[in-house]
Amino acid sequence: MKKNHLFMIILGIFFLIFPLVIHSHYYQHLVIIIFMWVVIGSSWNLLAGYTGQVSFGHAIFFGVGAYTAGIFATKLGISAWWGMVFGGFFSMLAGLFVGWVCFRLRGPYFALATLAGGEIIRLIATNWESLTEGMVGILIIQTFKSKLSYYYIAFVLAISCIYVIHLIMKSKWGYYFVSIREDEDAASSLGINTSLYKNISLLVSSFFTGMAGAFYMNYMAFIDPEVVFSLHYVSIMAILVGIVGGVATIWGPAVGAFVMVGLQETFRSSFFGLAPKWISQAHAMAFGLLVIFVIMFLANGIVGDWSKIKRNIFRIKPSNA
Amino acid sequence: MPLLEVKNLTKAFGGLMAVDDVSFHVEDGEIVGLIGPNGSGKTTTFNCINQFFPVTSGNILFKRKSIIGLKTHQICHLGIGRTFQVVKPLARMTVLENVTASAFCRVNTIKEAKDEALRVLEFCNLADQKDKLAKSLPIAGRKRLEIARSLATKPELLLLDETAAGLNPGELDEAIELIKKIRDIGISILIVEHIMKVIMTISDRIHAINFGQTIAEGSPREVANNPAVIEAYLGEQHASR
Ligand SMILES: Nc1ncnc2c1ncn2[C@@H]1O[C@H](COP(=O)(O)OP(=O)(O)OP(=O)(O)O)[C@@H](O)[C@H]1O
Ligand SMILES: [Mg+2]
Repeated sequence: MKKNHLFMIILGIFFLIFPLVIHSHYYQHLVIIIFMWVVIGSSWNLLAGYTGQVSFGHAIFFGVGAYTAGIFATKLGISAWWGMVFGGFFSMLAGLFVGWVCFRLRGPYFALATLAGGEIIRLIATNWESLTEGMVGILIIQTFKSKLSYYYIAFVLAISCIYVIHLIMKSKWGYYFVSIREDEDAASSLGINTSLYKNISLLVSSFFTGMAGAFYMNYMAFIDPEVVFSLHYVSIMAILVGIVGGVATIWGPAVGAFVMVGLQETFRSSFFGLAPKWISQAHAMAFGLLVIFVIMFLANGIVGDWSKIKRNIFRIKPSNA
Repeated sequence: MPLLEVKNLTKAFGGLMAVDDVSFHVEDGEIVGLIGPNGSGKTTTFNCINQFFPVTSGNILFKRKSIIGLKTHQICHLGIGRTFQVVKPLARMTVLENVTASAFCRVNTIKEAKDEALRVLEFCNLADQKDKLAKSLPIAGRKRLEIARSLATKPELLLLDETAAGLNPGELDEAIELIKKIRDIGISILIVEHIMKVIMTISDRIHAINFGQTIAEGSPREVANNPAVIEAYLGEQHASR
């Protein structure tokens, strides 16, 4: 316990001073993106990992958050930072609707319904040009010149998201979410209003994912439907972040975000220019191999199987005792 | 005062009448046995009482108020707990977490819920298993966990569905002890059981059904000697030979 706290404090201090020491915009950018994925992955994990409602459509919430901030800024002239609050809020409204429709279904059928929902909203955003500018996308003017401000905003967002989920999971809600995951029928006969609590989990999850989307709008200053409503780059990535790091663990998605963003970037940059260019085309394959590896050897993800990983690393070392 | 009144309960699955015009009641403080051969509609009756299934017709009253149309979780809050014949442990939660989750039915803070859960586990002789994962319990433990979980919701009426099935003779005696202890703290019980030793020793009254219809009711002795009951059970025995 004590050791864990100390480790967390050191880690916190490390990330607080990181951008003050490392001035490279490139590395600052990478960590900002990682923080954003910590938020999305943790939110996905709350709904899928803890509550057992596996979503293939988290791009819905990311995209709605991003578009809320973008549309408020361009159409209404409201600062895109207010958009972060509104983004979370409108994303929750989207969550309410998604829950109303998709929670009629259970298990894999729920997952497929969210998948369909993600594709539908991407098509709506593409075609409703009067509102979203369609494929042209939305461009805003960045508020801050330096990356530092974005860095700390993303940092606070990531920490708050993890902390709120940690608090939730220690409360009655947490017990209820996990009970629903384990057996929905048993849960309802034990007095748990399963549809209410599934919706609560979904709303919290969509709120934070929407905030992450609105942050993305602010930070990147440009969005279009293919990016923020992307099945591949958002919905699937959220799942990968969750399962690689470890579902139903507090720190799993954070570790998963590091690994996945790191891996994505390693391939995109052709191993930082060290490997031939064509390797950047192979990143989808690398993701696939990673998922197979994780499912075969670390079914509970890096955090979930940490004791197993430690054991194996120590076994490799020659024992001299 | 009747705690539970089941009036002309009927439940059809398509053309199959799983429960057909069954009426009975449970008085405050009573243990009532519900017996019948396999497939006679006992579990379906339970599923209707806790509104797992919508009933086809008839009425169910708890403390003189109709509970038809309520949600399953509301039935639990009203004070009707149940166990499942096919146990449904919350597998990847510990025994203590299983019971704590249900204790939240009556309290709101973690501390109160845990205290209540520990008390119930003690009562059910499961306290030494509290940190084990539910899925690692043997069958007798799982059956006990089913009971502990529903007790933690503080029911006034407990529906027990074959909680003694699959137990060895020693475990059986413990199960009977536990059921008596539950009655002694003032909880009324409606119990479904195939094992005659259990049902005959603990029931105040027995209600027998076959093919969804009432065939006999009365004291354990009366029901055991009822020709229709004997035929239902012997007939089944001969058929299975
Ligand atoms: N969900 C369902 N859908 C369709 N038919 C069902 C369903 N549940 C039960 N039945 C049917 O209703 C009848 C009564 O079943 P039920 O489970 O109530 O019997 P039971 O008395 O509990 O039997 P057992 O002693 O084997 O537990 C059976 O014919 C069964 O096949
Ligand atoms: Mg049954």
